[in-house]
Amino acid sequence: MFLRLKIAGAASAFALCVGASAAQADVLFWSTQAKPVEEAQAMREQVLNGAGEVDYQPNDAGPWLTRLNAELQAGSGTIGVLGALHGDFSAMDPEDLADLDDLGIGASSDTFNDLAKLGTGSSQYIPWMQASYIMAANKKALEYLPEGADINSLTYDQLIEWSANVMEATGEAKFGFPAGPKGLKHRFFQGYLYPSYTNGVVRTFASDSAVTAWEKMKELWAVTNPGSTNFSFLQEQLLNEDVWIAFDHTSRLASAFNERPDDFVAFPAPAGPEGRGFMPVIAGVAIPRTAPDMEASKALVAHMLKPETQIATLKATNFFPVIDVELPSDLPPSVQAAGAAIATMSSSPDANPGLLPAGLGDKGGDFNRVYVDTFERIVLAGQPIEQVLEDQKRALERIMEETGAPCWAPDAPSEGACPVE
Amino acid sequence: MNPRLLPYFLIFPVTLFLCLFFLYPFVLVSQEAFSNENGYNLDNFREVTSYWKFPISLKNTFLLAAAVVPVQLALSLLMATMVNRMKRGRDLILYIWTIPLGISDLAAGIIWLAIFEQSGFLNSMLGGLGLIDSPTNFLSYQTPVMVFVAIMLAEIWRATAIMLVILVAGIGLIPKEYYEAGEVFGASPWQRFLKITLPLLRPSLQTALVLRVILAFEVFAVVQALGGTLFPVLMGETYAYQFDLLDGGAAAAIALIILAISITFTLIIMRALRVPKGATI
Amino acid sequence: MTTANTDVVDVREDSRKAGRYVYVTAIVLLCAWVIVPLYFLLINTLSSPEAVNAYPKSFFPEFDLGSLTFFANFAGILTALKNSILVAAMTMVMSIAIGAPAGYALSRFEFRGKELFRLLILLTRAFPLPLLALPLAVLFIRTGIDDTVFGLALVHTTLAIPFAVLITFSLFSGIPLELEEAAWTLGCTRFTAFTKVILPLVLPGITASAIFAFVISWNEVFAAAVLTIENRTLTAFLLQNLDTSPLHLKFAGGFILVVPALIFIFAVRKYLFAMWGIANR
Repeated sequence: MFLRLKIAGAASAFALCVGASAAQADVLFWSTQAKPVEEAQAMREQVLNGAGEVDYQPNDAGPWLTRLNAELQAGSGTIGVLGALHGDFSAMDPEDLADLDDLGIGASSDTFNDLAKLGTGSSQYIPWMQASYIMAANKKALEYLPEGADINSLTYDQLIEWSANVMEATGEAKFGFPAGPKGLKHRFFQGYLYPSYTNGVVRTFASDSAVTAWEKMKELWAVTNPGSTNFSFLQEQLLNEDVWIAFDHTSRLASAFNERPDDFVAFPAPAGPEGRGFMPVIAGVAIPRTAPDMEASKALVAHMLKPETQIATLKATNFFPVIDVELPSDLPPSVQAAGAAIATMSSSPDANPGLLPAGLGDKGGDFNRVYVDTFERIVLAGQPIEQVLEDQKRALERIMEETGAPCWAPDAPSEGACPVE
Repeated sequence: MNPRLLPYFLIFPVTLFLCLFFLYPFVLVSQEAFSNENGYNLDNFREVTSYWKFPISLKNTFLLAAAVVPVQLALSLLMATMVNRMKRGRDLILYIWTIPLGISDLAAGIIWLAIFEQSGFLNSMLGGLGLIDSPTNFLSYQTPVMVFVAIMLAEIWRATAIMLVILVAGIGLIPKEYYEAGEVFGASPWQRFLKITLPLLRPSLQTALVLRVILAFEVFAVVQALGGTLFPVLMGETYAYQFDLLDGGAAAAIALIILAISITFTLIIMRALRVPKGATI
Repeated sequence: MTTANTDVVDVREDSRKAGRYVYVTAIVLLCAWVIVPLYFLLINTLSSPEAVNAYPKSFFPEFDLGSLTFFANFAGILTALKNSILVAAMTMVMSIAIGAPAGYALSRFEFRGKELFRLLILLTRAFPLPLLALPLAVLFIRTGIDDTVFGLALVHTTLAIPFAVLITFSLFSGIPLELEEAAWTLGCTRFTAFTKVILPLVLPGITASAIFAFVISWNEVFAAAVLTIENRTLTAFLLQNLDTSPLHLKFAGGFILVVPALIFIFAVRKYLFAMWGIANR
């Protein structure tokens, strides 16, 4: 039995080799995702095996963008397919991306497909995979849960109390928050804290409920590991137990679950007075107008949306499929844990899902900076909340006016640019 | 060859090379700093200098340079003189001391973070010696001084070798007769160092200092690894503008400010350690 | 009278011994200061993922080769290593061949534009490469040297030239002009005087510049990531993604990057001493 399996494996590997050599020149897959060396290796060996000759190269945002812009400026290039987050694409000029409508593929969610049009009439990228932010905890922390608290429907107050209990018991602040330079803290404010407390992101930026939200954030920070300003991947701190309770991106928690599946639990983000705010992460694939072989690039994009590729991608990167697929049972522990937590989060009665910022163009970075600066000034520098919000409000207003971006959920829809009230 | 043309002939290759691969892109990028959609103006400079983090990162960059460079200068001078009077094992010792030269700033950041993080080697050591009960958090926002010291130590570790190598090569050129003469006249080792080594080492000292100071103003990777978001520096702001905010003009503006600071310090050092044309016996 | 004399000698002997003791201790301490952080890197490289995350940390490696094996099996790592070595070697040769004549010109001649030239050289190091990479990449794509080892070596040479020029400049300046003039009067031409008398003296400086060129090229990530696609260097291949990788791989990857640079410095270390300097002692 075992032997036969091996032979079958060898045979299919052989078939793949033959298929690969018959294909055209390498397609360069230029990506900002699946960067960690293990994920990159899994992308090459599992996901892209059978997609023809593909050269998968993940990069930091800096080189990724510089190379891409250089090729666009020079008018010719080697990049065949781009892999990046929605925000990376929305910062680009849609003219620089090939229209992908003729491929006839897309995500099962129309919201995602609309986002992928980047404000034009046709798909500029194809949604490729999705993820979200969740909570994770060391099981040792569970005994300190506040009385009556259910881990699957925590509130922010309970989270603060819980972390305070842990701090009291262990003498150390063990809540972990990705406030490091590469941490995704801005998404916590935009997609979690603000929607949960103010039922908005832009309109309610400087509202009274926003003041409450930041007060809660300060309370939470008081029981947060003060080293958090160095944390960007909470899996590291979960594994070395500097942190017992953590908030982060699913793929940045993955190795904790994969290395010690029995020691950690995953659960939904907490809820505030306005519900349980949460936010998706969407990565897409696109083709730059300078792609050397448009047909080969399109074939690769189509390959990424195939059900088997989507499942292989899930195993490799901890990003979930964007199309409806039957998930196999042999998924890695990180995927099982995160999948269950996301499902509980989105089906909870108080769910308050937010959307990704849209229509900001290349001001996406400035938009994020408004929230990060607000955090650094209020929480790290201890400046008065009202005054900081008033200050930062002006910066936010300027961005919204310049881009004319209309409101997105959970903010109420707007005519024209989303107003900061 | 006409001796008046000879120097130009000698510097021609470098000039051509730098014009092509440095000045050409540099001019293009600098243009961006002085322009935006409204034409040529100083808006980018106004924007970056009015940002609330700018004064902080400027101060941090200066503080770090001021704390690190003098220590490195003293340390590398000490090491260079020690190596110089060594009789045995000189090769090996010098090799060990130059090792950090081969380590990139990113790798140095990884190494020093492993030392200072909460469950890192420093805490393990202190715990093992029974000096602390539970691991302390060295790199926290509550202890900015400790964060600064950690960054300082890592930078001193990483970048002293740059000066050391230049100084060692320079010290080797000082004729031994000078020291022998000094000894005959009863000069103490300290006097010999002050009266012979320092003045004759001036060309190398100047080079070492200038290069080190310029690099000190560009410090980034180690600071980011250890200081996280707590210790913004100018170069970090540059990269944030360029790659997070996609604002090339603003990034170029900060880079030009760093450049101006570097030039100022370079000129000061070059004046202070003026080198005569060819040393005389 | 005689006893008093021996006392004095004894005291002198004692203080000399004490001085020697301090001297040796200082050397040992400084060596430890350099080596211990690297030893930590080695421990973490040779540890299992559990041990890397454990607290307190062990101070002895457990010789788990898992992380290193992962990289050994990493597709394309040998090609990347080869590319890195090629680029570094080209950078070394080009930066010295182009830089050393300019260093000589700076130290021996007064010519118009000399200060401007020195400033241009320094400017090269005072402006961050990631900002220049975009126009450079456009230029490279248009001229067809994009994605070649040679093209990347050109950029790295630009980075290494200031070191080459300034180090050779400071060494030429340290050599008495009279020495060269003496050679001329003994029948040497300017050129033969240079090759027979001056060049041997500055060999250590050349070595120092070579080390800098090698190390700069070896550790440079950004330009390498942007300008090479199929011909990636080891640094571009590994280092830029290390910071997002799990801890144990982070350390192993850092270790793999450090080792070749250390071997190189080890191989050339003995040239760091002036021939004259040593022969003279």
